[in-house]
Amino acid sequence: MVRFLEQFINGLSVGSVYALIALGYTMVYGIARMINFAHGDIIMVGAYVLYVCKSIIGLPSIVSVIVTIVFCSLLGITIEKIAYKPLRKAPSLAVLITAIGMSFLLQALSLLIFGANPITFPSVIKVSPIYIGSITISGITIITFVVTFICMIGLTYFVNNTKAGSAMRAASEDKPAAELMGINVNRTISMVFAIGSALAGVAGFLYISQYQSLMPTLGALPGIKAFVAAVLGGIGSIPGAMLGGIMLGVIESLSKAYISTQLADAIVFGILVIVLIVKPSGLLGKNSIEKV
Amino acid sequence: MALLEVKNLGINFGGLRAVDGVNLTIEEGQLYGLIGPNGAGKTTVFNLLTGVYKPTSGTIRLDNESIVGKSSSQICQTGIARTFQNIRLFNNMTVLENVKAAFHNEFKYSLLASLLHSKSFSSGEKEMDKRALDLLKVFGLDIYADEYACNLSYGAQRKLEIARALATNPKLLLLDEPAAGMNPQETSELMDTIRLIRERFHVTILLIEHDMKLVSGICEEILVLNFGTELAKGTPDEVLNNPEVITAYLGEE
Amino acid sequence: MEKKASNNMNLKNNKNFNKKIIAVVGIVVGYILISLLANGDLLSRQFKSLIVPAGINIILAVSLNLTVGFLGELSLGHAGFMSIGAYTAALFTLNMNLPGPLEFMIAIVLAGLIAGLFGYLIGVPVLRLRGDYLAIVTLAFGEIIRSLINSFKFTGGAIGLSKIPRYSNYTWVYVLVILTILLSYNFVTSRYGRAIKSIRENYIAAETIGIKVSRYKTLTFAIAAFFAGVAGALYSHNFGVLRPSDFDYNKSIEILVIVVLGGMGSIRGSVIAAILLTILPEALRAVNEFRMLLYAIVLIIMMLLRSPDLRAKIEENEKLPKFIKNFGKIKEGGI
Repeated sequence: MVRFLEQFINGLSVGSVYALIALGYTMVYGIARMINFAHGDIIMVGAYVLYVCKSIIGLPSIVSVIVTIVFCSLLGITIEKIAYKPLRKAPSLAVLITAIGMSFLLQALSLLIFGANPITFPSVIKVSPIYIGSITISGITIITFVVTFICMIGLTYFVNNTKAGSAMRAASEDKPAAELMGINVNRTISMVFAIGSALAGVAGFLYISQYQSLMPTLGALPGIKAFVAAVLGGIGSIPGAMLGGIMLGVIESLSKAYISTQLADAIVFGILVIVLIVKPSGLLGKNSIEKV
Repeated sequence: MALLEVKNLGINFGGLRAVDGVNLTIEEGQLYGLIGPNGAGKTTVFNLLTGVYKPTSGTIRLDNESIVGKSSSQICQTGIARTFQNIRLFNNMTVLENVKAAFHNEFKYSLLASLLHSKSFSSGEKEMDKRALDLLKVFGLDIYADEYACNLSYGAQRKLEIARALATNPKLLLLDEPAAGMNPQETSELMDTIRLIRERFHVTILLIEHDMKLVSGICEEILVLNFGTELAKGTPDEVLNNPEVITAYLGEE
Repeated sequence: MEKKASNNMNLKNNKNFNKKIIAVVGIVVGYILISLLANGDLLSRQFKSLIVPAGINIILAVSLNLTVGFLGELSLGHAGFMSIGAYTAALFTLNMNLPGPLEFMIAIVLAGLIAGLFGYLIGVPVLRLRGDYLAIVTLAFGEIIRSLINSFKFTGGAIGLSKIPRYSNYTWVYVLVILTILLSYNFVTSRYGRAIKSIRENYIAAETIGIKVSRYKTLTFAIAAFFAGVAGALYSHNFGVLRPSDFDYNKSIEILVIVVLGGMGSIRGSVIAAILLTILPEALRAVNEFRMLLYAIVLIIMMLLRSPDLRAKIEENEKLPKFIKNFGKIKEGGI
């Protein structure tokens, strides 16, 4: 029972990180109708940036984390401007391939700069664990929950209660109409990428604190899994991304503990396939009909 | 027995009832018009007739065979073909290929024949080439046979779409705003072309149009839609002088 | 009038006949060339060892092009089909004791069929999906296959298989490459090819002219998977060892890069790009770290060339030579 609870809590922790990443995917898909394949790799970039700030330059932890988030945010905006914006009117296959190219580019650059060997990077989180009965909750897990919670509350408030947030929602529904209403769609799209990438930066910070080993391929698998989470929860739905992320994290953790690590991956991807066959709009998403 | 019998056709999009209680009877060989203000549901009706949307109520019978629930490709094979409001050509394929694609189900040489480029492949292709060119000639498009569809002029593209639809040998041809973007001269030519098509290919035609000159010029009967329901039905004279129809288009005075 | 028609027909028949003669001669000459390269002293040992891998990449690229270039759907799990073929063939030859060439031939056919079957099975759930979602599902399937192969005992788990008889040589590869190219070319120039291209161009219009999209999607996936399986069989019998990690997502992307570079919808382009991207990494071994960077840049630039605004600027610029202007456009006709 203890083991189950510990795995469950671990799942919530992993799931929180997935949720943060999934938010980026879902927001971008909602507004730009594209899967940003490079999103997962922004986490990797975030982790490396944190490493450079903290271990190489020697900045204090808080500053390092802030620099990481800002850097990732700017990176996301830049990628959108260079690679995705020019292809807005091109067939969707082109953007897809470009996004894959971007993902590869980020990995390749990290490979060149830092090399392929994993770099050990101890966590910057120095919080003591809590003990509830015979269950240990590590400091990293606690911080992960707190940070994720804050981000989600903050994002929900932003989307529902600010002018910029409503611009985002409007542009997701109907871009031409939003434009006619005076909304600067280009700026809104940039903002979506900025926020999504910033969240990815946070996810990178949390992820590396947990796993403490830097590699250029760090972001690829979590990125794809987070996408599965976004689809599970309903692509385009922010609460969906949060729900999907947490659920997927728990399922993955429990699968790893009770079935096998190898098959846990197969199960995660199996979930994706099942959702897309049975209910493509996911748990909380809306069905959309294409206009002919 | 009528060629097309539509009874109480309706569809919901979420809470919106886009088409409601539409009845339509088209006799074989008729030239029928479907008009109404923008957003009245005309293209939606086309989409329902061609299986792009599934109706939430009502029946559609072609030659006394129900087509509700059939897929678009099945409906094509029962004998309905269409063109689209925003031209949907195969842009990166040649004009000839666009038409040959529509012969797909008529010249059904096997996959094996395709892989081996056997005799049945060669003769099938040859026959398709000939039939396609003959069809294109009717529209004066045979000279563009090897041109990419995207390079054609707007008017030529519209004609190509009609040619492609005719290649499927339909009983009923649906034309969605065939005169859109055309000047009076082109529209007049189009009217002749449509009459010619009906004669030559023995096909019944239902068209959506905003150009009243064309509609009154060639349609024998007209259905007027407004807000998804029938507003008026009858001959062009009856319908176009109906005050309600005029109001629907021009608004209240 | 009759006479003119039959004259035209004779001319066309002659043209076709000439084409076929040229093709046969070309194939024979090609084989002689390959034999010279493989057996002679023109190439170093390092480059000689690239003949089989180049052939494998050609088969992979041409088959992926069917899905990506002609059908217009992004398949990110091609390496998965390759691995199914590789393992099927290896398990067959490891457990059977037939004379070499016969054993290999059966193994190859089996590999193709089983991989093709999986391609069909994967086509089924993918039917209603398009674009992004379809791509992700193919990615998911590739990962699921890899996960499963990694877990099962009979596939050797993470360690994989070894001591596989090394049957692959330049003759086998050449024959299979030629077959792949011919069959693919015949396929895309037939009514099936037209059906697939029309789905790529406008699937809604394709349905309304009677082309059942789901049917042709699964067919394309199955055929592409078949050839990927054949390539896999060649692969596993080249070095004699197999590991599940050989067939990961990166491998699928590498094949995609070849297809994109060669031009989507161009079989000839796939062949040339495959050879290029097999030789170049070897030739540029010293700068291997840059390989991934190069691939990434190729993908991005090739795609940015499809941007309508950029295209318009290129078209307008009169100083640019024509072949640069045509670079990156969707090629037509195949070869």
